[in-house]
Amino acid sequence: MSEPLPQLQDPRELRERAETQASSLPPLLARAEHLAGTVLLGDHGRRRSGLGDDFWQYRPAQQGDPTRWIDWRRSARSDDRYVREREWQIAQSVMLWVDQAASMRFTSDKKLPEKCERARLLALATAILLIRGGERVGLTGTLLPPRRARNQILRLAEFFSVSNPGDYGVPEHRAMIPNARALFVSDYMGDMAEVELALTKAADRGIRGVILQILDPSEEAFPFHGRTIFQSVGGTLQHETLKANDLRDRYLTRLAERKERLQSLCRVTGWQYQLHHTDNSAQSALLTIYQALDRGTA
Amino acid sequence: MMLGPIGFAAPWLLVALAALPILWILLRAVPPAPIRRRFPGVALLLGLKDDESVSDRTPWWLLLLRMLAVAAVIIGLAGPILNPQDEAETGNGPLLIVLDGSWASARDWDTSAELIDGILAEAGRQGRTAAVLRLTTPEEPVFRAAETWRTRIPGFAPKAWEPGAPDTAATIAALPDNRFDTYWMSDGLAREGRTDLLTALESRGTVTIYESPRPPLGLKPVRIEDGALQVTAARPLGLGPQDITVQAMGRDPSGTMRTLANLPMTFGDGALETTEALSLPAELRARVTHLTIAGSRTAGATTLSDDSFRRREVALIGTRAEGEALDLLSPMHYLHKALEPSVDLLEGGLNDVIPANPDVIVLSDVATLSDLEKDELIEWTENGGLLLRFAGPRLAASDVSREAEDPLLPVRLRAGGRNVGGAMSWGEPKTLAPFEATSPFSGLAIPSDVTISSQVVAQPDPSLSQRVIARLTDGTPLVTRKELGQGQVILFHVTASADWSTLPLSGLFVQMLERLSISSSTSRPAAEDLAGTTWQPMQIMTATGRIEPAGTLPGVPGERLIDAPLAADLQPGLYQGPDRTLARNVLSADTVLRPAQWPARLRVEGLARAAEQPLGGWLLGLALALLTADILATLALSGRLRGGAAGTAATLLAALILAAPAPGHAQDDTARAIEATAEVVLAHVVTGNPQVDDLAEAGLRGLGQVLNFRTSVEPADPMAVNLETDELAFFPFLYWPITPDQPIPSGEAYEKLNRYLRSGGMILFDTRDADVARFGAASPNGRKLQALAAPLDIPALEPVPEDHVLTRTFYLLRDFPGRHPGRDVWVEAAPADAEKIEGMPFRNLNDGVTPVVIGGNDWAAAWAVDERGGPVVPIGRGYSGERQREIAYRFGVNLIMHVLTGNYKSDQVHVPALLDRLGQ
Repeated sequence: MSEPLPQLQDPRELRERAETQASSLPPLLARAEHLAGTVLLGDHGRRRSGLGDDFWQYRPAQQGDPTRWIDWRRSARSDDRYVREREWQIAQSVMLWVDQAASMRFTSDKKLPEKCERARLLALATAILLIRGGERVGLTGTLLPPRRARNQILRLAEFFSVSNPGDYGVPEHRAMIPNARALFVSDYMGDMAEVELALTKAADRGIRGVILQILDPSEEAFPFHGRTIFQSVGGTLQHETLKANDLRDRYLTRLAERKERLQSLCRVTGWQYQLHHTDNSAQSALLTIYQALDRGTA
Repeated sequence: MMLGPIGFAAPWLLVALAALPILWILLRAVPPAPIRRRFPGVALLLGLKDDESVSDRTPWWLLLLRMLAVAAVIIGLAGPILNPQDEAETGNGPLLIVLDGSWASARDWDTSAELIDGILAEAGRQGRTAAVLRLTTPEEPVFRAAETWRTRIPGFAPKAWEPGAPDTAATIAALPDNRFDTYWMSDGLAREGRTDLLTALESRGTVTIYESPRPPLGLKPVRIEDGALQVTAARPLGLGPQDITVQAMGRDPSGTMRTLANLPMTFGDGALETTEALSLPAELRARVTHLTIAGSRTAGATTLSDDSFRRREVALIGTRAEGEALDLLSPMHYLHKALEPSVDLLEGGLNDVIPANPDVIVLSDVATLSDLEKDELIEWTENGGLLLRFAGPRLAASDVSREAEDPLLPVRLRAGGRNVGGAMSWGEPKTLAPFEATSPFSGLAIPSDVTISSQVVAQPDPSLSQRVIARLTDGTPLVTRKELGQGQVILFHVTASADWSTLPLSGLFVQMLERLSISSSTSRPAAEDLAGTTWQPMQIMTATGRIEPAGTLPGVPGERLIDAPLAADLQPGLYQGPDRTLARNVLSADTVLRPAQWPARLRVEGLARAAEQPLGGWLLGLALALLTADILATLALSGRLRGGAAGTAATLLAALILAAPAPGHAQDDTARAIEATAEVVLAHVVTGNPQVDDLAEAGLRGLGQVLNFRTSVEPADPMAVNLETDELAFFPFLYWPITPDQPIPSGEAYEKLNRYLRSGGMILFDTRDADVARFGAASPNGRKLQALAAPLDIPALEPVPEDHVLTRTFYLLRDFPGRHPGRDVWVEAAPADAEKIEGMPFRNLNDGVTPVVIGGNDWAAAWAVDERGGPVVPIGRGYSGERQREIAYRFGVNLIMHVLTGNYKSDQVHVPALLDRLGQ
């Protein structure tokens, strides 16, 4: 019954496409909310003013600037007073979790990518942006702790190329670094209790992040008719109906309930919820992730 | 079994219709099969129950569809037939079908074959046995299942002869004694033994006659009178006036059989015969192989011609007439008179005559010939010529063939000759001895007044006696003959004038010439003339009047050939005899066609009848269509017919609908032809690649606009030409862009293309890759061009030479760029011997328009304009690019000018000569 596992994606190809996606965005800067825990001064400039050692720019002093910020040497050369700003040099850890289970390896149309493929692409593109910005990126769990080097992109790509044999994925919530940031990508069709557990655990450790739900258009539309036996992609679950179109409304209600639950969960834990369909462009999804991570509320 | 107008071949199968209700119940009980779908969202579906009201049964209309399909299959297999033939219902015993099977039934053979097929089919359904009997090939009728005869009907095609009285007697003797009904397919002509056969058949059962209401027409052998062919047509019934056309068929110089002349003829009211004269030039007449009545494809309506149509060419060579001799003394006078009615005479010097290759050369008292003349004459004779020589004073006085035999004389001659019965000699003038049986003159009566007074005398040689074909009463040879190669040399030992003998004055002289095949006889030989000879058939005529090679048919004795009735061993055709060919036709000059007379008690029916129409195939086809609809409906019901599948199904359906022949196609063709010919229309070949085709169309439109602005050529909108379906002859110019994936045209299309090229069309091949000029087969377009052009009739090519007319038909050009700047462009090669004209920068090349221009510069891209007239494809960069486009347009203008005006510009080479002639 089980379909043969799809061809493993070539990591190089995956990386190349992710680089392509990432190249068109400005470097992503995660804003650290809690400097205390994980803030480290990095040697790589953030290209904006902040705490750090390197000179960034002079700017005219404004009202409210403390007097000791004024750079007298620069101000003496003119009539105005100037403040010397330094470049912001703070790095942050970001953890990724991408659902690699069988349910993600689904597409309703040959022209559409599999959910899994889209998920990996988005996750890796985010990782590249972050690493380029000097953040440390890794996977949840113990497999690949957050690191900074560009080599990390390669390792991430390798890990993303490995499929998980299970039918529905479970978020990895072990060994999460406190006060870090996280990105969870899945279709969230599996057990919601596990998701709830993972999110609450993360919230307990002060981790904020983004829940990205990836759905195939057919999962939203349910365009089925007639007598049908539905099977999960892994083949463990099946459901038979005589008139599939009659199930549509009830299915859609359940799907809406699930989305609502995810959103409420996010509200409670301070995460952000994003929904992405595989027939939409990956670029827009990356933008929303960028905004979500950049805004800092997440 | 009959149901209204429908009969069934296997009615018991209809019982199966009773099973349909059971099938209905069975089908209703089984729900449609489920589809298995992979769907991750199944987790959300778990626990959902189906609505109870949902039906899992097949809907009633689908059941009805299936029922109809099954019913159509059952009824179709039961063999329903619309209009089953009911003629055979009158009897139930065996059935005998009698065919006259003569030439007269050949015209309506197809109709009667259908009729026989219908009769046999009905007899088969009734389980009657049947036999088919042809009177032309009598045999004992064998009664078998009617179906087995149906397959053999094509084998009963009519023969070219008529059943004779012995044939009919043999048929009557072979008839079995049991009772049977008879259908007689009559050919409508009366002949001996018919009544006897009818009596014999009627004693065994009912007889029905089928006869075509159109009586057969006949064409009698052609006579030649007054230099014209006298054509006589005959018909058996003196009906009202009837117009017919007689066609004289023959081979044209290229060997194709075609109609050489048409002769309209009219039967008067009630007339049985009509005669018209057909006058043809001798050359044309010699080509006529047969005459036939148009539209009447029977052996009787065809008459073969033989040697008698052909006039032989005889060259007369005499000594120059000295002085003003009287005509009657001329040595040629009697030959002229004897030969003129039947042969074409040539006169002139020997050197002039031999190249004309006459059949016979007559040398009258010519003694000495130059060595050259002699050699030519020997060669001509050895190739089958007949050299006829007459003696005379010069021959007698010369030393020719004195010591050794001259190759051009059959015997050695004694010096001087002899005179008998003259004033200065003893004895009486000699007369001729009766001809020997081996002589070609055997049987000719010798008039008593033929006397010989002088002659040349042959030396007694061992071979002399074999060479004598006529001698005098004292045994002296008068006419001698010898073979020389394939030809022969004949010597009359007397003069052709009345000086030495009275032979030229007598009728015997003419007959002798005829026997020597010098003049072909215009009268047919009598049967007794041909006794003892064997004639080999060369060509025979089938019942439909077709002429076929005789193959290995045995020879025919001469006495039978002329008037024995035709039979299997004497078929009409062309027979080769010892020294001539003779045609045996179906009708002879005294044949009278008489209509068949049937007693009033018999039913005589025409051949036409409503054809029976088996419906089984239609019903099975309907069942298939219903089942297809069922498949689609089932797919739709079960949700499988979505997206791609639905598209495929719709395409299939559309294809089925479109497969029906579209009416009005011919009108479209006509409209297109008018559109293409009303104005000059440039055309491009459809490659199947829409981008290339659109660009070619835009290119030709752009070129058309330029032509319109700058020249007096005003082309209409360009047209796309499909090589397979469209006529090419309307277009002076075809632009053929090459794409690697365009289909290779079919054989017919290539034939059309070759005809187009030969008749002055031009094709511009454009590989569009700027590479072919190097003849690099490396590019896919170049390879494709080679594959496309291989079957085309393309002459030797060369790169456009500096002085080619293409360089100056309108603009003076050096390069021929398109989108790509000029690589070489190839045109038909100039003849190797073309020479430069004095004072002109180009050679004298005045003939022909090159049929192809081959290049790879993608001209269409450079010419292409959009709807607003702006260029479509950027060419080059900046000003130089626009310049290149301009040159491309100029090339196009030059090309079209070359197509339309030919080499008119080349004629400039003659300007100095013309000016000179004008007196400048």
